[in-house]
Amino acid sequence: MIGFLFSAVAVLILCGIAVAGVWALDLKVLFGVIIPYAAIITFFAGLVYRVLDWARSPVPFAIPTTCGQEKSLSWIKPNKVDNPTTSGWVILRMAFEVLTFRSLFRNMKLDYREGPKIRYSSEKFLWLFAIMFHYAFLVVLIRHARFFLEPIPGALVVLEHLDGFMEVNLPFLGLGLPAMQLSGLLLLGGVSLLLLRRIVIPQVRYITLASDWFPLFLIIGIALTGALTRYVVRVDVVSIKEMAMGLATFHPVVPDGISVWFYVHLFLVCVLFAYFPFSKLMHLGGVFLSPTRNLPNNTRERRHINPWNYPVKTHDYHEYEDDFREKMIEAGLPVEKEMSEPEPEAPVAEGAEEEDK
Amino acid sequence: MAAKTPSPEVVGQVDHHPPRKGWMDTKPEFKPGNYLYAAQPQNLEGVGLANPRTWNPLDDDWQLPADWKGTVREGIAERLQRYRSFKLFMDICVRCGACADKCHFFIGSGDPKNMPVLRAELLRSVYRGELKTAGKILGKMAGGRKLTEDVIKEWFYYFFQCTECRRCSVFCPYGIDTAEITIMARELLNLLGCNIDWIAGPVNNCFHNGNHLGLQPHTFKENVEYLLDDIEEYVGVKIEPTFNRKGAEILFITPSGDVFAEPGIFTFMGYLMLFEHIGLDYTWSTYASEGGNFGFFTSHEMMKRLNAKMYHEAKRLGVKWILGGECGHMWRVVHQYMDTMNGPADFLEMPINPVTGTVFNNASATKMVHITEFTADLIKNDKLNLDPSQNDHLTVTFHDSCNTSRGMGLLEEPRYVMNKVCNNFVDMAPQVTRENTFCCGSGSGLNAGEYLEMRMRGGLPRANGVKRVHEDKGANMLACVCAIDRAVLTPLMEYWVPDVDCCGVSELVGNALVMEGQGEREYNLRGEENPSYVPPPEPEEPEGEGEAEAGEEGAE
Repeated sequence: MIGFLFSAVAVLILCGIAVAGVWALDLKVLFGVIIPYAAIITFFAGLVYRVLDWARSPVPFAIPTTCGQEKSLSWIKPNKVDNPTTSGWVILRMAFEVLTFRSLFRNMKLDYREGPKIRYSSEKFLWLFAIMFHYAFLVVLIRHARFFLEPIPGALVVLEHLDGFMEVNLPFLGLGLPAMQLSGLLLLGGVSLLLLRRIVIPQVRYITLASDWFPLFLIIGIALTGALTRYVVRVDVVSIKEMAMGLATFHPVVPDGISVWFYVHLFLVCVLFAYFPFSKLMHLGGVFLSPTRNLPNNTRERRHINPWNYPVKTHDYHEYEDDFREKMIEAGLPVEKEMSEPEPEAPVAEGAEEEDK
Repeated sequence: MAAKTPSPEVVGQVDHHPPRKGWMDTKPEFKPGNYLYAAQPQNLEGVGLANPRTWNPLDDDWQLPADWKGTVREGIAERLQRYRSFKLFMDICVRCGACADKCHFFIGSGDPKNMPVLRAELLRSVYRGELKTAGKILGKMAGGRKLTEDVIKEWFYYFFQCTECRRCSVFCPYGIDTAEITIMARELLNLLGCNIDWIAGPVNNCFHNGNHLGLQPHTFKENVEYLLDDIEEYVGVKIEPTFNRKGAEILFITPSGDVFAEPGIFTFMGYLMLFEHIGLDYTWSTYASEGGNFGFFTSHEMMKRLNAKMYHEAKRLGVKWILGGECGHMWRVVHQYMDTMNGPADFLEMPINPVTGTVFNNASATKMVHITEFTADLIKNDKLNLDPSQNDHLTVTFHDSCNTSRGMGLLEEPRYVMNKVCNNFVDMAPQVTRENTFCCGSGSGLNAGEYLEMRMRGGLPRANGVKRVHEDKGANMLACVCAIDRAVLTPLMEYWVPDVDCCGVSELVGNALVMEGQGEREYNLRGEENPSYVPPPEPEEPEGEGEAEAGEEGAE
């Protein structure tokens, strides 16, 4: 649990840094311009570097994990998605993997009872939480494009409309909140459930490292401060857009009157972006490169090339025959070379009992 | 010597809750029955592996070579550069835990380090702690740890407690394959001379004598001749196969275990009968007399060194193509590695079934066909004279081998064959078959006698699946297409589901084959009276020529 506390505290400290920096020290340019630029550069440069770094290592063997019938005899129906033999089907397999988390959907849970009696039941919660979280994150990310685009594209307006279909105005509190965004709710819900899962399931808690807790807390922090700026503190959206447009057009400005809570939100986002390439979050890029998923299972049909295939020491037939020629002739086995010289009369080597292996 | 294996009641009580102590602070406890004996020095010397010495995993001092830490660090770095799989799998795991309860060793032992994610972390933590800046500085907080002798001991314990079955990789959202990680870890352990003897021995044997068992050429032939005598006795047909014959159309290669011990030998007899039945122009090789490849459980290089025999011998004999027998990891190697390592097989021809004319396009490059692909094709084209009622006393279920399921996709071929040679075939539940199949618990070279308790634990999920189909549907025979399976499922069934026996698919084929000129089939290939045998009606008509009862009586 040290990792848990370490990560939670780390995120709180990060919030504190932003508050101190902007509110106490008035370092708005640092937190509003320099850090965002640095984070975004780190993100893209890091992402590209990591992917290229992985790609630099070759794939010496084609080792897809096959999850269905192979293509063999013409009258046996192959499973083309889970055991693809062409690039087209591989792309489809990958699309299912990346877009629908197909492998996670296979998940089942061990049910171990006295006896022992072992059963497996369907377990879709991890898949559900993961889908919730990732798609909500995607929508939230896209929604934020409204700060960087003028005029706001129609598609984005449609998305926002769909996203905000739950008009929750809470009139009884007299607050007149802006439309509640479904994506934000699902994002916070998804990430919280993923966190809860790590706390509640003993095995998952046992395997969790600080580097697993940290991004969860960080994203929770981002979602909460985001919600805070939208529903509670009511930040000055016009100024924020001015600032965002400035960043996007490389004419950064730092308008006055933006709440410190916005800076906290922004800073946490920057930390996430900068942390991303150095963390497990790189599964975003890695999933596309996984050799057990992205290769066709056609290795008996097409030779896969290993770029570093090197010659090895083998024990060839002739060495073998040299070792056993006499015994082979004795046993009536054909040989390439007859005995070179007549052997002195020797007791026939009995088929010595080989070691029991 | 060997530990007494506790009763199924005791072994079956498994607690899956992890301990309070973090996993970096716990050590494995080497106890009789849960670890494997160390490689004998002569077996390492024989093939030029590092650091041959006499040692014991129970020793405090494992006599690691000088600068072993540097060796491991360099070994990791080199493999990161060579294998994208390894590099990626070191980096992208999010520890979601989807794999946790998918491992048969975790299910059967409850040991949290048998969760695939933690097994991988055993190596990842060193990768971070020794090679990555963040891990070097932050240590545990960044999931890193330093290389110590205890780490090597832990690796030895847990990477020889993984059967490279790939079940976890089916469920991983990124396809992280623990088999890849285990393969790398075993390569690293081999750099230090920390192999197990049950792997090192067969490797050395195979390299010099042509097969894991170390059968010398004349002995291999003799063993086959014993089986031919049995066939003559029980079936009434005399078969005379050839060995090392140049100019044969097909070279047949199968694991040597099947020429040596029950029940594999009955599968071997099935092959002999099948090929005789269709008049196949084929030969056995005493040099390439091993289909399996324990080199695969040692290192990629050793796998290549042992596998080279197949193409080398096919070329020397001038055959057109290679037919391969029933074996799990052999087929992973043949299917996913052989052509890449030792190809191109341009000296061979496109495999064509000489009896049916079927072209095996799926093997057009490797030029090696699986026996059940071959048999299924024969049956589909009605080329076999079969009497499935010979297997009527059996209700057969099927164990999908890990390697042929998840590293190839051979699922329907054996099922088709079984459904044609038996009248009663029942499948186990989908959660434990096909790509979801459970390991026998003894794969990847762990089928040693001293390891029996752990093997029974690892095999528990498999056995439980069988038990269910035995209780619900009356299954009494567990068929498989793997020589290790045949050797280990037999004791596994004895332990967990004593009423179920084990056989190879080709044994069922052999028993159902109606051979030309055969005698009464009162006995099956095991020499047991066949309960399904129906004696021919007594010849009542006096004009009967009396040749029926004169038929070559099989029994002595």
